[in-house]
Amino acid sequence: MSTATRPTREAGRGAAERAMARRTPLLAAGLAAALAVLALVSAATGAYPIPPGDVLGSVLHRVGLGGAELDRVGESVLWDVRFPRVVLALLVGASLGCAGALMQGVFGNPLAEPGVIGISSGAAVGAVAAIAFGWTFLGTWTVTVFAFATGLVTVVVVYALSRAGGRTEVVTLILTGIAVNAFAGALIGLFVFLADNAQITQITFWQLGSLSQATWPKVLAVLPCAIAGLLIAPAYARRLDLLALGERPARHLGVDVERLRLALILVVALLTAAAVAVAGVITFVGLVVPHLLRMAAGPGHRFLVPGSALAGALVLLTADLVARTAVQPAELPLGVLTALVGSPFFFWLLMRTRRRQGGWA
Amino acid sequence: MSGVQGTGGTGLRRRLARALAGGGPRLPDAPVPGLTLATAKGLTVRLGRRTVLDGVDLGVAAGEVLALVGPNGAGKSTLLAALAADLPPAEGEVTIEGRPAHAWRAPELALRRAVLPQISTLAFPFTVAEVVRMGRAPWARTPAREEDDAAVAEAMEDAEVVAFHDRPFAALSGGERARVALARVLAQRAPLLLLDEPTAALDLRHQELVLRVCRERAARGPGVVVVLHDLGLAAAWADRAAVLDGGRIAAEGPPDGVLTEELLSAVYQHPVEVLPHPRTGARLVVPRRPGRPAP
Repeated sequence: MSTATRPTREAGRGAAERAMARRTPLLAAGLAAALAVLALVSAATGAYPIPPGDVLGSVLHRVGLGGAELDRVGESVLWDVRFPRVVLALLVGASLGCAGALMQGVFGNPLAEPGVIGISSGAAVGAVAAIAFGWTFLGTWTVTVFAFATGLVTVVVVYALSRAGGRTEVVTLILTGIAVNAFAGALIGLFVFLADNAQITQITFWQLGSLSQATWPKVLAVLPCAIAGLLIAPAYARRLDLLALGERPARHLGVDVERLRLALILVVALLTAAAVAVAGVITFVGLVVPHLLRMAAGPGHRFLVPGSALAGALVLLTADLVARTAVQPAELPLGVLTALVGSPFFFWLLMRTRRRQGGWA
Repeated sequence: MSGVQGTGGTGLRRRLARALAGGGPRLPDAPVPGLTLATAKGLTVRLGRRTVLDGVDLGVAAGEVLALVGPNGAGKSTLLAALAADLPPAEGEVTIEGRPAHAWRAPELALRRAVLPQISTLAFPFTVAEVVRMGRAPWARTPAREEDDAAVAEAMEDAEVVAFHDRPFAALSGGERARVALARVLAQRAPLLLLDEPTAALDLRHQELVLRVCRERAARGPGVVVVLHDLGLAAAWADRAAVLDGGRIAAEGPPDGVLTEELLSAVYQHPVEVLPHPRTGARLVVPRRPGRPAP
């Protein structure tokens, strides 16, 4: 046998695969760097501008590494208004991006996304109920806990309804999403009907999706959900890769599919609840982000899951910065903005898939 | 007495090895030729209300190629799935490495049997090399992960998929996909290979290639169970053939004794001729066809 046809270890890896492997650390570093810069810019920008250098100085001062304190107003704007908002944007964006990547993996379907298939609306039902009935018996966590509970029920229902023979048909998934969104919308409407005027205002603004009410207690209310979800998710990356082969083949390769499914559904519910409880229904982040990353770095979930969290945070931080600076002194609703940008992307995705493979069957 | 001590000793050593390997799964026994890898005893499987398998007894030994043949709906794939521990028996029992199939955990089963499904799908655009490498996943926490690169390279060479190793799976033809799926199964290097119609989508040359690979693997120790529709392939390559008919085993043994005109004609409900090859004398199985009128 000649050396030309003899495969080597190199052939086993594949040139494209090696290029991807080289690209992922670069991409991750790039995303992290962009995130840091943008967080700084976002904290510095607003109706009361603070030079980025002063922002850094104030942060360094607070952690006791030199730097300098700002004046009283500056400190207050930075630490009571801007930073909670930046942190909240990071948490919500990371949760949405990560939840999108996980859902697409567990459904084996690139269109699965908390917003599109109704998980966000489901979580919103619990949150609206908590607001409309003025429930506070779980303290600051009440809205989050209710969002988690109804979000969880919704994921389970959607999963049970849309899967057949170990995979989810796109049409079934989308139709299930329509049904779930309609039902959740009806329930929310019912709660709005029962709420008083002040609560209706609160619900309406919350539903449009906004981070304008960001405070540290709000950050604290979703932090446990978001952090737990984000920390657990990457542990399932390898098994999600295998799940791409289908349920039975994944089981043949040693994956306990039932347990994987249960764990991931819980994680998705955690992440979605965290995002929805503070920011309302923000669609398309979980759809767009994993798609873009898959195009850039391949479908391997070991990068895709944490990468989607990073990129999701970046997208939402950018969106929030635009939302609060584009039409100053007014503020665009964040959910409206992401939908404005996300929907055309969804269209493009549809066109591209139809051109390439005749559409999703 | 010594036997009891012996088992205790290996058990302890095994547990120790497991602990040293970082709590990984229990490793399979090396397939010594003749060792029974999996058995079905009085196996009855029901899907819904239909009894698909009805009291099947069958064993697979290390080092042999066992062909499952029979008409559509006879229960070949169901038997394979039951041996793979995918389907629970309604009655009877399936054992793998001497232990009831359902008693194994998924990660332990993955070290003992590899399964090629009839149809292979892939949800995301992984490349061929990535798909084949997925076959190594069960060994990730064992010392055998050292063999990963070698196993992947060998499997890709055996299944002839090296030429398109960096193309996405979705961009391949049906036959190419089938070979990639086979390469993934080969890379798993399990002692028991369960292949459901591996030749269905393949051209003549690659059909021969797949069965030759089965033989080569069996010669090294593993046992191979392969569902085939082409009786000629079964006659030429299998050590044993089991003919299924209506959920029961109609006959089982070396192909020469089993693949007879009477039995096959009855089972397939179509007259079948079995003739010796004019040069080699090997068995050829062909359906009896009416002569074509002269043009």
